[in-house]
Amino acid sequence: MSMNREILLRVENLTQMYGDRIGCKDVNFDLWPGEVLGIVGESGSGKSTLLNCISAQLQPTSGSVSYNTRADGLKDIYHMIEPERRLLMRTDWAFVHQNPRDGLRMNVSAGANVGERLMAVGDRHYGNIRNTAEDWLSRVEIQDNRLDDLPSTFSGGMQQRLQIARNLVTGPRLVFMDEPTGGLDVSVQAKLLDLLRSLVRNLGLSVIIVTHDLAVARLLSHRLMVMQRGHVVESGLTDQVLDDPQHPYTQLLVSSILQT
Amino acid sequence: MEMLKVTNVGKSFTLHTQGSAEIPVFKDINFNLSGGDCIALTGASGAGKSTFMRMVYANYVCQEGAISVFHEGKWLNITEASPHEILEMRRSTMGYVSQFLRVIPRVSTLDIVSDPLVQIGASEEAAADKAKELLARLNIPENLWSLSPLTFSGGEQQRVNIARGFITDYPVMLLDEPTASLDAGNRQTVLDLIEEAKMRGSAILGIFHDQAARDAVCTGSFDVTQYRIGS
Repeated sequence: MSMNREILLRVENLTQMYGDRIGCKDVNFDLWPGEVLGIVGESGSGKSTLLNCISAQLQPTSGSVSYNTRADGLKDIYHMIEPERRLLMRTDWAFVHQNPRDGLRMNVSAGANVGERLMAVGDRHYGNIRNTAEDWLSRVEIQDNRLDDLPSTFSGGMQQRLQIARNLVTGPRLVFMDEPTGGLDVSVQAKLLDLLRSLVRNLGLSVIIVTHDLAVARLLSHRLMVMQRGHVVESGLTDQVLDDPQHPYTQLLVSSILQT
Repeated sequence: MEMLKVTNVGKSFTLHTQGSAEIPVFKDINFNLSGGDCIALTGASGAGKSTFMRMVYANYVCQEGAISVFHEGKWLNITEASPHEILEMRRSTMGYVSQFLRVIPRVSTLDIVSDPLVQIGASEEAAADKAKELLARLNIPENLWSLSPLTFSGGEQQRVNIARGFITDYPVMLLDEPTASLDAGNRQTVLDLIEEAKMRGSAILGIFHDQAARDAVCTGSFDVTQYRIGS
């Protein structure tokens, strides 16, 4: 799928301070449709702060995040009125949390978890909602006889796939993911990577994915940003950053990977 | 017609984790490549052939000079281009067959081979048909096509890599030891694929340790040793 030439998201001089402490500082980048951007760095480097600022969950101290809206083109999300931003987050955007419990409602059925997102954007026909939910559960390889079960009866890997189905059912253009494969054993992780890759390719999604796993970053992302103490210390093509890292911190990260 | 221009290119590695040791590699490389040519990179083992090829693919960073690729009617200097532009250039203009197969576990061989063609807009069916044809030519048994190549032998993985590299008619191709670890029959198939790409007008840069293979397909050679510093 060839990328079209219009920027989907533009982040300029984004800074988040926690008092005197830096969450993230002076971050700049553009994201194009169909592009997967990986954000890597060790725990506490500011990856999640940055992701939260970009995804309208945490108002940044300064800087701007502009999204290419269907109606008005590039528009600063923090200058939108609240209902407009809410609508964007429900329709064009999706957020996949590391812990599926943060992204699912655990006390309603799997089908309702998926259907709820559809109802939030105005779908009211029960039969259609149930069919769409069924279709999405099969896409993420959850058997249809589990449709009426509670997510709490699912394994961790299934919960993560359910969370992805719930997020993608409304056809978002931009998906934020915070360590989506963290905490899963490797065979489940491989399955999830395959799923994410095919969804990105088939739906033309743009993704911003935070991970500390460089192997995951290499397989999924086109571009990488490396963060250390709140600063982006290196960014570029994924394979260039990992194979010929320029910054001392990136070199340390890359040289610390265990060989199997 | 010229497809690739390398001008005054220099490369060094700085190893920050090892006392910031500076390893100079190349200085002032000048090299041009035209469509229909297949140039062999030569030089002893360790001379930097693969390093040079990775620089041309923008996998390695150049500290000096310019590398320009004729991409969609214009010259693109990849030492200054954005990641977005380089990805577009790789998608449609420049293919690279490395010695390593790096893929997501569980994805079928057929999908891995078809993928580059789907990415430039071919239908899944058309891409799968061409992938099957290439896999068959390269003697990958049909009962393996639905499996992940990660479980294959070294030689089979190498052939999957070649099929993936040749499914798109790239105007520029970089081949890092495409005939290594292949038996005579498969080696000949790869040489045929290279010959066909040349006939289509592709500009090819290759590393061939196999002298007979080099003699069979190459129209010239380029010795990187002359630009090497500190060896």
